[in-house]
Amino acid sequence: MIEFIAGVFASSNYWFIVLRSTAPILLVTLGAVITEQAGIKNMALEGSMLWAALTGVIVSAFTGSPWLGMMAGILASVTIALILGLFALKLDANAVLCGVALNLFSTGGTVFVLYSLTGDKGISSSLPSKIIPFIKIPFVETIPWIGKVISGQNLIVWLAAFAVVAIHFVLNKATIGRRIKATGENIEAAKAAGIDPVKVKFFTLIVSGILAGIAGCFLSMGYTSNFTSGIAAGRGYVANAAQVVAGGTAIGAIFASLIFGLTDAMATYLQNIGLPPELIQALPYLVTILGFIVVTLIRDRRESIRKRQLLEGKLPKGSLKPIAVGGSNGNGSLGGGAA
Amino acid sequence: MDYLLRTEGLSKVYPNGTLANKQVDFAVAKGEILGLVGENGAGKSTLMKLLYGEESPSSGTIYLDGKPIGFSSSQDAIAAGIGMVHQHFMLVPSLSLAENLVLGQEPKKGKSSFFDLEKAVAITEELGEKYNLKVFARARVVDVSVSMRQKLEILKALYRGAKILILDEPTAVLTPQETDELFVELQALRSHGHTIIFISHKLNEIFKLCDRVSVMRDGRMIGTHQVADVDRQTISNEMVGREVLLSVRKDKAKAGEKVLVAKDLSYIDDFGIAALDHVSLALRKGEILGVVGVDGNGQSELVRILTGSARSLSGSVVVKGRDLTNQKPGALRRAGVAHIAEDRMTVGTALPASIEDNLMADRYFHPEYKGRAGFLKQAAMARAATEIVTTFDIRCKSAKQPVSSLSGGNMQKVVIGREFTADADILVIAQPTRGVDVGAIEFIHKRIIEMRDQGKAVLLVSSDLQEVMSMSDSLVVMNSGKIVAYFEDASATTDKELGLYMLGLKKQNPEEIGKVLHE
Amino acid sequence: MSDAKTRGPGPLASVKLFFTDRDKLEPAVITLLAAIFAILMGVGLIFVVSKDPVTSTKNFLLGPFLRTYNFYYLLVAMVPITFTGLALCIIYQLKYMSLIVDSSFYTGAIVATAIGVRLALPAGWHPAVAMLAAGLAGGLIGTLPAILKIKWRANELVSSLMFNYVFYFFGSFVILYFLRDRNQTILASMPFQKTFALPKLVENTQLHAGFIIAAVFVALVSIFLFRTKWGYQIRITGANPKFAAYAGIPVASVAIFAHFVSGFIGGIGGAVEMSGLYRAFIWQMNPSYAWDGVIVAMLARKNPKFVPVSAFFLAYMRVGADFMSRRGDVAFEFITLLQGIIILILASDKIANYFKARRLRRNAFAAEAALAAAPAGGVRSDGGGKGTAGAAGTGGKA
Repeated sequence: MIEFIAGVFASSNYWFIVLRSTAPILLVTLGAVITEQAGIKNMALEGSMLWAALTGVIVSAFTGSPWLGMMAGILASVTIALILGLFALKLDANAVLCGVALNLFSTGGTVFVLYSLTGDKGISSSLPSKIIPFIKIPFVETIPWIGKVISGQNLIVWLAAFAVVAIHFVLNKATIGRRIKATGENIEAAKAAGIDPVKVKFFTLIVSGILAGIAGCFLSMGYTSNFTSGIAAGRGYVANAAQVVAGGTAIGAIFASLIFGLTDAMATYLQNIGLPPELIQALPYLVTILGFIVVTLIRDRRESIRKRQLLEGKLPKGSLKPIAVGGSNGNGSLGGGAA
Repeated sequence: MDYLLRTEGLSKVYPNGTLANKQVDFAVAKGEILGLVGENGAGKSTLMKLLYGEESPSSGTIYLDGKPIGFSSSQDAIAAGIGMVHQHFMLVPSLSLAENLVLGQEPKKGKSSFFDLEKAVAITEELGEKYNLKVFARARVVDVSVSMRQKLEILKALYRGAKILILDEPTAVLTPQETDELFVELQALRSHGHTIIFISHKLNEIFKLCDRVSVMRDGRMIGTHQVADVDRQTISNEMVGREVLLSVRKDKAKAGEKVLVAKDLSYIDDFGIAALDHVSLALRKGEILGVVGVDGNGQSELVRILTGSARSLSGSVVVKGRDLTNQKPGALRRAGVAHIAEDRMTVGTALPASIEDNLMADRYFHPEYKGRAGFLKQAAMARAATEIVTTFDIRCKSAKQPVSSLSGGNMQKVVIGREFTADADILVIAQPTRGVDVGAIEFIHKRIIEMRDQGKAVLLVSSDLQEVMSMSDSLVVMNSGKIVAYFEDASATTDKELGLYMLGLKKQNPEEIGKVLHE
Repeated sequence: MSDAKTRGPGPLASVKLFFTDRDKLEPAVITLLAAIFAILMGVGLIFVVSKDPVTSTKNFLLGPFLRTYNFYYLLVAMVPITFTGLALCIIYQLKYMSLIVDSSFYTGAIVATAIGVRLALPAGWHPAVAMLAAGLAGGLIGTLPAILKIKWRANELVSSLMFNYVFYFFGSFVILYFLRDRNQTILASMPFQKTFALPKLVENTQLHAGFIIAAVFVALVSIFLFRTKWGYQIRITGANPKFAAYAGIPVASVAIFAHFVSGFIGGIGGAVEMSGLYRAFIWQMNPSYAWDGVIVAMLARKNPKFVPVSAFFLAYMRVGADFMSRRGDVAFEFITLLQGIIILILASDKIANYFKARRLRRNAFAAEAALAAAPAGGVRSDGGGKGTAGAAGTGGKA
């Protein structure tokens, strides 16, 4: 078994699949990270992805352009995020419950639209939809091993990598990043500084909508070449768990989504050696929960050790990280629902 | 007289129907420091929120420089030159001081939308230099002291061009030295031509710092005086609307055996500050031990640990010989510790639940209320609740109505009614009369004395010095998370002396303090 | 409609009277409006996509009553969503958000299948044992998100959704590897023993004894929530967890126990569905009745007493939609879309409290006007200030 897994890890094909299956999760996780930083939980990411995947397929089929399809998909995804914002921010609805509602709306709605257009409820194969191109990199592809991993990936895999950099800059270098953190960490402080928290939250919702839109389009126009019902397969929910593991940073999101990507890719291989596919399919979700628990355990431990040291005078006063940082604040990631 | 900022008939009704400001006329002149005093819930904060545009008035007008203004957000107020330093700092802990200072009006690199940290630091240092409010621009807010955070708050307002500064109870969190330093800085600002509205309920500070003083009570403006022409008694009377009860009638305490011994308790808060620093004390039957101190000096943490609501990092809590250190509130209650929580809105009651449910929350499992197979004897519960409603004079239509529909005083009576009928030997009481009307205060005080006379051990924590002094048999003073003084006989000390301890200017030696353990 | 009355006799007395009435009346009205709005929206959608909208609309709205079979089917369709709705009432009373009932229900069905296929028990006992086992499995699963939240502050909705995938895949695995009927081309378990079936209530319809079991559970859950100490603990914890902890209620165990009970009900629901409606496990995908439970519980305003009403409403919509989609060109899934919209509306405090907020504002202004009219000297309050109190409480916090 260990030999087998070592063999898999050595194969370039495995890592090719890892990148491919990490990309969509990474994109939505970034979306979850940025909204959570602003103090709003976007549970509708799943719905956003579904609409993006469907709209991308439909529009690309009718216009013949994958690009127009993708634009339309992103637009649809952003619309869902905006509806969430409208209800959660303007009409005082519980954001999490709205997420549940919008996901129901989307699971039913996408199938409804698909059926109304094609007469099929399961798959969009009757639509001549387009594919977002795969990128072969001239010289790199000849490099042994690495070439096989990097070259030939879909454009969106590269876009996901770019998104990490972009979100990192937005959060840490751009002006809006400070405003997002202020809104999420101390909303009263943000208000007092003349920042409109509702605007900031809407901004992050739009960004998360764009990211989920790209991810959704990838699923139906790259990862596979059709829309199938429930194509997002819970990735929008996984993102909300991965976001906690990511600890509120774009770099953290890479690691968090890799947990899912590595297991997801491994699943394909494990299936080949006769392990039941159902159990393997459950693995990524299980590992996401475990990753979440482990990360929280580590953080709690570190915190309590520091507190004790502080009391014993081993650390200067005020050298503790505030609880608010790292996604464990009340209004944010972990606290959630109750209270 | 020409006033810089003035209000006329300002009223504020909150959506829940609360009338927080009633027909308030208020005025402040250019270049003065105006004190605004009033008890908790008198409407000071609401008035300031109206002036600062955080809330909009239900009726009435605000004039700035003689022109009526209508702020739709604090942004408008800032633009008009009004700045506010909130009681709870409006800072983002994980950002640096410089980043906090420029938040909302950030310097940018050229025409990009990238944040220019260096420029922000430069601005902070320059501004600090100019007004003599020096701060560490690059440090993160979590890493600096409370007084530096406050300086940063003042700088933030100045950075935004504030000519009028509103300071909401700025000294509540400061040491005496820091308070003095703040006063010097504020006077310097006045000489720069700034106008300052200084909110406080500490008369000493008002008399030390302010030119004029306005008094609010019950949402109304009661009066305004030149500080030089008025004495403290007048102001104090206006604040409370009655002659201050300097003494509560009570007999001498007959202190009995020790029932609760707490040793060496410590607590570190979320900001990494030692909120409670190795504190020990003991409670005796038939005695009220008062705890005085400026708010936020560890009293809340002490109460929370003694009642099981927070965990101590060290030491022990022993109740009637049983070690109950860091046990859950339920265990402490079963051992006979009742607890009046300082915040009745978020902890002391469940607002959406009925009065009856609130009154039964600590005893629904007692045999008289719980039948077989987990069924509750609802008739018995209703009867018991109605009885408490009657004896504690809770004004309501029925015990089935939600607690949220009650007034502050009646809400507090629900808490007290429950805790005082809990058949506990030890009562931990925090801020029993905060935001409660006069009639209810006297009622509550009488009840506490009654409890003591029945032989209960009482720990009384209140930020109302008058209250603790008149109620307590013995006293401890807390400062910076430590007990700094113990008075076996509360009447043997004066408010002046207590003030020195509260402000950390004086400290008894460990031996004297240790007497609180009665060993 | 009652404004005129308010100004009738003693103004203060009648205002107060209305206060209590309206607090109960208005939410019901808003809930009803949301339901009507959803139906209208559904009709609108039919007109957009259908080539024969009139027939489709007729089938949608009247379908459940056009044939006796349909009506009995409606009653049958109420059963699973009554169970998940009840389960979620408990969760929502606790003010948690978890959807783990989905796993409980699904796994309950799997456990019942195993027992229905493998065990030989006398009729009557057979489904009962299956229900109990399914309930226990569902209950244990139900506690997982609560434990994760309490120990590691994991958002219970997120973790429950993860678990739902895990248990769904695990359940399919069990069916495929241990219970599969290899003679079938589709995924199906081996047929249940005859003794496993619940009796039919009406011959030649699908209406089975599970309907009565569901009704019994409506009563049981009502009693549990409003008459027992556990229900009391759950309600107080939901009303204010900080207060509950302060009053000595063991909030962590209460939350876990409530989730157990909720999952238990979900698990039984799964078992009842199997033994009442099917001859073998034939679900090709997870029916996700928990998501329907959300709307059932919300329409019932998390009060189990009203669960039958909202379950009836949802079943009515679903059966109508089903009937319509079989005879026309509108996909059944549009019902899920409408469900989403209803939840959105019901979740919005601004909408839910629209009347109340308006009323409070009006009262407040009236109070203020009265105050302004009163002589300004009325400050020397001797306790007369109590009338407008409330101010004191909220002000203290500010």
